[in-house]
Amino acid sequence: MKNGEVVKLVDVHKTYHTGDVDVHAVRGVSLEIQRGEFVALMGASGSGKSTLMNILGCLDRPTSGRYVLDDADVSALDRDQLADIRNHKLGFVFQSFNLLPRTSARENVELPLLYGTRHLSNAQLREKADAVLASVGLGGREDHHPSQLSGGQQQRVAIARALVNDPEVVLADEPTGNLDSRTSVEIMGIFQQLNDRGITIIMVTHEADIASYARRNVVMRDGLILKDFNVTQRFDAATELERLPSISDENA
Amino acid sequence: MKLGSTINIALRALRRNKMRSVLTALGIIIGVAAVIAMVGIGNGAKAQVEAQIASLGQNVILIFSGSTTSSGIRTGWGGAGTLKIEDAEAIRREVPGVIAVSEEVVSTTQVAAGNQNWFTRIYGESADYFDIRQWPLADGAPFTDQDVRSANKICVIGRTTATQVFGNEDPVGQILRVKNVPFTVSGVLAPKGLSTQGVDQDDIVIMPYTSAMKRVAGGTTLRNINVQVGDGSQIAAAQQQIIALLRQRHNIRPGRDDDFTVRNQQEIADAATATTAVMTVLLGSIAGVSLVVGGIGIMNIMLVSVTERTREIGTRMAVGAHGRDILMQFLIEAVTLSSVGGVIGIIFGIGASQILSSYAHWPTLISLSSIIVAFMFSAAVGIFFGFYPARKAAALDPIEALRYE
Repeated sequence: MKNGEVVKLVDVHKTYHTGDVDVHAVRGVSLEIQRGEFVALMGASGSGKSTLMNILGCLDRPTSGRYVLDDADVSALDRDQLADIRNHKLGFVFQSFNLLPRTSARENVELPLLYGTRHLSNAQLREKADAVLASVGLGGREDHHPSQLSGGQQQRVAIARALVNDPEVVLADEPTGNLDSRTSVEIMGIFQQLNDRGITIIMVTHEADIASYARRNVVMRDGLILKDFNVTQRFDAATELERLPSISDENA
Repeated sequence: MKLGSTINIALRALRRNKMRSVLTALGIIIGVAAVIAMVGIGNGAKAQVEAQIASLGQNVILIFSGSTTSSGIRTGWGGAGTLKIEDAEAIRREVPGVIAVSEEVVSTTQVAAGNQNWFTRIYGESADYFDIRQWPLADGAPFTDQDVRSANKICVIGRTTATQVFGNEDPVGQILRVKNVPFTVSGVLAPKGLSTQGVDQDDIVIMPYTSAMKRVAGGTTLRNINVQVGDGSQIAAAQQQIIALLRQRHNIRPGRDDDFTVRNQQEIADAATATTAVMTVLLGSIAGVSLVVGGIGIMNIMLVSVTERTREIGTRMAVGAHGRDILMQFLIEAVTLSSVGGVIGIIFGIGASQILSSYAHWPTLISLSSIIVAFMFSAAVGIFFGFYPARKAAALDPIEALRYE
């Protein structure tokens, strides 16, 4: 595992042109994230955190400023180059899971491998997908379709999909937004385990208690970073789970 | 990204919506089947016409009395009796390259034998006729030049006439009364079947033209003269010489129209095949319209599919799909629908044309080229009508596509 910063934003601006009005969604954000960090990006809606997340996720380009990801400047890459960066260096976890319907968990996890530059055989794809599914506790459910899985299980499939290409950074956009509180803690548990293994995680959330599972919180307001601090009283998902009443046995 | 996995992704997507895929392909299936069947009918008709024309004989020039361009009274060919026996003899004598000439008179009348009678066509011909038309006898012998010179009461009859008048009896050597004149049947012609106009060519009595003129039809003029030239390259020259000869014999001054019409076999063939070619194109293009409608169906479904799967497209882009990968995926879906529809349509089209030939007795001819063209065209329909929706999918903004509800 390399050391040093994996994400470096230098005075990043993002302006949207809607009609005659310019919307300054991000107004000069500079941010450094070291390898192995677990950062929660917080803020009310309209604070610019989603826009910043899109830039961090290489889904969007900054209007001005520099974005250095894994020692490479990605601020001026074109659509296809950004797609390759997303494929090789980033893993995405979405609020609404975004799994392909009527497609098995394994095939969902294989998806980033299919769009990658490495040409794997079907057996290799399967082996890799099954290994990652097992690592998020879904061994034995490889052939289940999303409709046959609970919300928490679907989000684990999505996490497995994010991990399958060994990304530099996992980006999670409100990963617990569609989950009940116990399942949310379980997902946070998985993130903490991944982070303990050295995986860098950036998570957008508006819930302060969910943010407390991260090591560092970055709070945004009006397109600027308002606060940036290390979490002192960090929640441990395993401890919290013991405290919560078990409401279902869906845990795999 | 590997083309193989794109194809795999596209096929998976089609399988997720089986019913929709089948119905969409149905538009193409019907279109291609219609094209195959219609072009098959057109080509069948064309092949039949060609076979009929070939059965006129080789290197044949036909001279009809009357003219299609005569000013004043226009009679059309075969109308006014302007061709004389002497004209035919002059052609036989004076035009180089001519190897056979048959004077022809035609009438229709009642014929009878025993207690059976039948209304049929009487053709008066010379003995060369059977060579010119390449029309062999199934039984017996044709009449001879001697029979023609002597206007003997002898004839050969077609298969249909033989069956109608003599039933199962052997007609050869029997007496056939034509207008109450007893003719000896010397032979039965090999069956030729229907002509291009649907006339039964075997419903016929052929006798020396001298006998026909003297004993059956009366009159002194010929309806037409059939001329055969020995070498195909001499046809044009022979045709010119015949025209010059007949104009001279008929005392037609320069500048006046012919009172006869000369056609060679190639001209007749060209006219007939041109007609059927037009028919083939017409039938094919009407069927082609349904193929285009099928293509629009594909476009419609692909547009719905792109909208419906916006989030899926966003997800694919987020995990690293290029616009090109998305474009290919949707294009392959469209082409798969249209080309699988095309293959099934070809099978249905072949089946439909075989049903038409066996039940409606329409000749059909399915050529390999029409199958290949139909398949290529259906694949092209998929590309053409699939391209717009696929490009729309590829151009989606991943951020908006991911959030699409």
